[in-house]
Amino acid sequence: MTPQGIWRPSFFEEAVPIDSPITAAIQPSYKALIPPALIRRMSRGIKMGIFAAQQALDEAGVSTPEAIIVGTGLGCSEDSEKFLRTILDNDEQFLTPTSFIQSTHNTVAAQIALRLACQGYNFTYVNRSVSFESGMLDAMLQIHSGEVANVLVGGVDEISDHTYSLLQRIGYIKPDGVNESIKTSQTQGVNYAEGATFFLLSGERTAESYAELVDVHIINSVGEDEITATISGFLQGNGLTSHDIDIAILGINGDKAFDSYYFPVQEQLTNADVLYYKHLIGQYDSCSAFAPAVAATVAKHGAAQPILRWQGRPQRPVKNILLYNQYRGKDHSLLLVRTC
Amino acid sequence: MNPRVAITGVGIISSIGNSVEANLSALLNKRPGISRVQNFATTQKDSIWVGEVKLTNAELVDMLGLPHSNNFTRTALLGCYAAKQAVQSAGITLPNDYRTGIISSTSVGGMDYTERYFYRYLDDLSVQPYITSHDAGDSSHKIADYLGIKGFVSTISTACSSAANAIMMGARLVQAGRVDRIIVGGTDALSKFTINGFKTLMILSDEFCKPFDNNRKGLNLGEAAAYLVLESEQVVKKEKKQVLAYLSGYGNANDAFHQTASSDNGEGAYLAMRKALEVAGLSPDEIGYINVHGTATPNNDLSEGRALQRAFGDSVPLFSSTKAFTGHTLAAAAAIEAVYSILSIRNEVVFPNLNFDTPMSEINLVPQTELVYRPIKHVLSNSFGFGGNCSTLIFSQA
Repeated sequence: MTPQGIWRPSFFEEAVPIDSPITAAIQPSYKALIPPALIRRMSRGIKMGIFAAQQALDEAGVSTPEAIIVGTGLGCSEDSEKFLRTILDNDEQFLTPTSFIQSTHNTVAAQIALRLACQGYNFTYVNRSVSFESGMLDAMLQIHSGEVANVLVGGVDEISDHTYSLLQRIGYIKPDGVNESIKTSQTQGVNYAEGATFFLLSGERTAESYAELVDVHIINSVGEDEITATISGFLQGNGLTSHDIDIAILGINGDKAFDSYYFPVQEQLTNADVLYYKHLIGQYDSCSAFAPAVAATVAKHGAAQPILRWQGRPQRPVKNILLYNQYRGKDHSLLLVRTC
Repeated sequence: MNPRVAITGVGIISSIGNSVEANLSALLNKRPGISRVQNFATTQKDSIWVGEVKLTNAELVDMLGLPHSNNFTRTALLGCYAAKQAVQSAGITLPNDYRTGIISSTSVGGMDYTERYFYRYLDDLSVQPYITSHDAGDSSHKIADYLGIKGFVSTISTACSSAANAIMMGARLVQAGRVDRIIVGGTDALSKFTINGFKTLMILSDEFCKPFDNNRKGLNLGEAAAYLVLESEQVVKKEKKQVLAYLSGYGNANDAFHQTASSDNGEGAYLAMRKALEVAGLSPDEIGYINVHGTATPNNDLSEGRALQRAFGDSVPLFSSTKAFTGHTLAAAAAIEAVYSILSIRNEVVFPNLNFDTPMSEINLVPQTELVYRPIKHVLSNSFGFGGNCSTLIFSQA
């Protein structure tokens, strides 16, 4: 679920870079998935999560996963704000429980489990821009150890008016009226959005498999001058060097102050075709969940769609794909994906 | 069999004490920490009882040696206080050459400041530094920075089971060789948001809570933070560390019954306990004490009681809820109760379930109401949360 609409075969052909400070995800009809009474009551984050989760399960041909893991930076922000406003505006009186019930960070994972009657492992990570990657690491470890055969993992965040306007106030989000894309960005801050991206990870390669998730690395704090060494260490641990990476998918978001983290990486990965994706889906805490979807598509089709290319380098056969993301110089994540 | 995970340090701050020793002393002397709210204004003040830490934010700032101009929420302050204790108790100086991480957890995050400045944030520059303290990851980042941890940092929020899951994921990372050491636990401050939230669900008692009692009226909320230091066997051997206890089992399941209520037969709780026993390689009769979730809501205690009977049959081990001492400290609950479980093993004692008079009419289960001294090899600790999240941890003698 993205500002470009839902995941579909023609997604990248139809995509148009966003250039507004805040862009909502285009909402589909939820009628086939969620009872009408609940559609009205649920926040967009819950609905987007349910929708994207079901899409991933459908693609994989799995009805009930063995585990559900969700990453979200701000959680169910819309309901939190709603409940908080009622407390503040009415001096702690005349409150109803619905928005409080739906305000807990684990609501999306819980609602997916409830819908699927899934009694397996159920987790929610809430650590800014590595919320989703924490989930990927957890899922990978459980599959590797043989605890589960498959895991539904996703990232979801929703726009909530007050919270996003505060992020604009402190310059994290570009001000209203500024219309810049990532490539034309001159002002402070970035273009924000919302969305949900889910994956079904499985221990077995199937006919539906897009690619293999090889490894995940999370590091809270690393200097700009240390990032290439960190990447070398990660690749080395997986028996690779920087020359082995065919595609690099970077979390470039147009923030002049912090995109500099990605510059030395582009130099380091000499053979990599460099891709970006946040120009299509915007920035939010769990937006990097979209990067493995890009990787999966490229792995399956053997080439990247033109709209994803940041830097034109000669393309070569795709085998190893490195994903790197950070936000404001913190919460760095590296994912290694391989064609299968 | 998974490699064992050693617990080499613990730290805690709760309404019954600012140290492990103070908490133990309160538990041994049946001294609860339940009072009226003092640290902030709420119209609910006279109708509820809470487990509040009687230190102001300013006092905590001084005790932590932080600059007076900072943007630490109470959740972060409590977290730093307990995490620092845990690291000290493990005899660790940070940073060092071991790969060290932290997984914290919180349900309320920075809501204590958000509810104070929500509207003022828009045009009052002086309070705007707190805007970025709102999210749940903030307190974990603050603790990591305060301790000097730069590697793996993450946060879990699964309502009232959060810290159990942080401990579980920490164990997984140690077992997989992803980290050498990890600090795991949770922190939650009292806030108007949670008080009013639980109030609307009508599960707050206007008296001292009575876990597992037939006439229980609901829970008392609390605030706390607690952390454990988990280390791999290799590090323990190399550094000749004293091991306080081992984390030997963990289980996580979802009740998949209702967003806030537990199922009648406690299916999720039952599955979590069974899984934890399986991971630990223990049979039910090897458990010496159960620190139950026991929130004292009508729904939880009956559902958990039924799950206990399903998991343990006719011979349910000695069990008690320590929530009548501390209140229900939400995301921190599983962490403070992990500390109590370790204290139970080390001091060979079962802590009493306070305020209990009458057994539940539906099931034949009576909690331990007096202190009992006896050797305890394994303690099972339950934590359940909204969203059907059920987690069980098993701690074993070193």
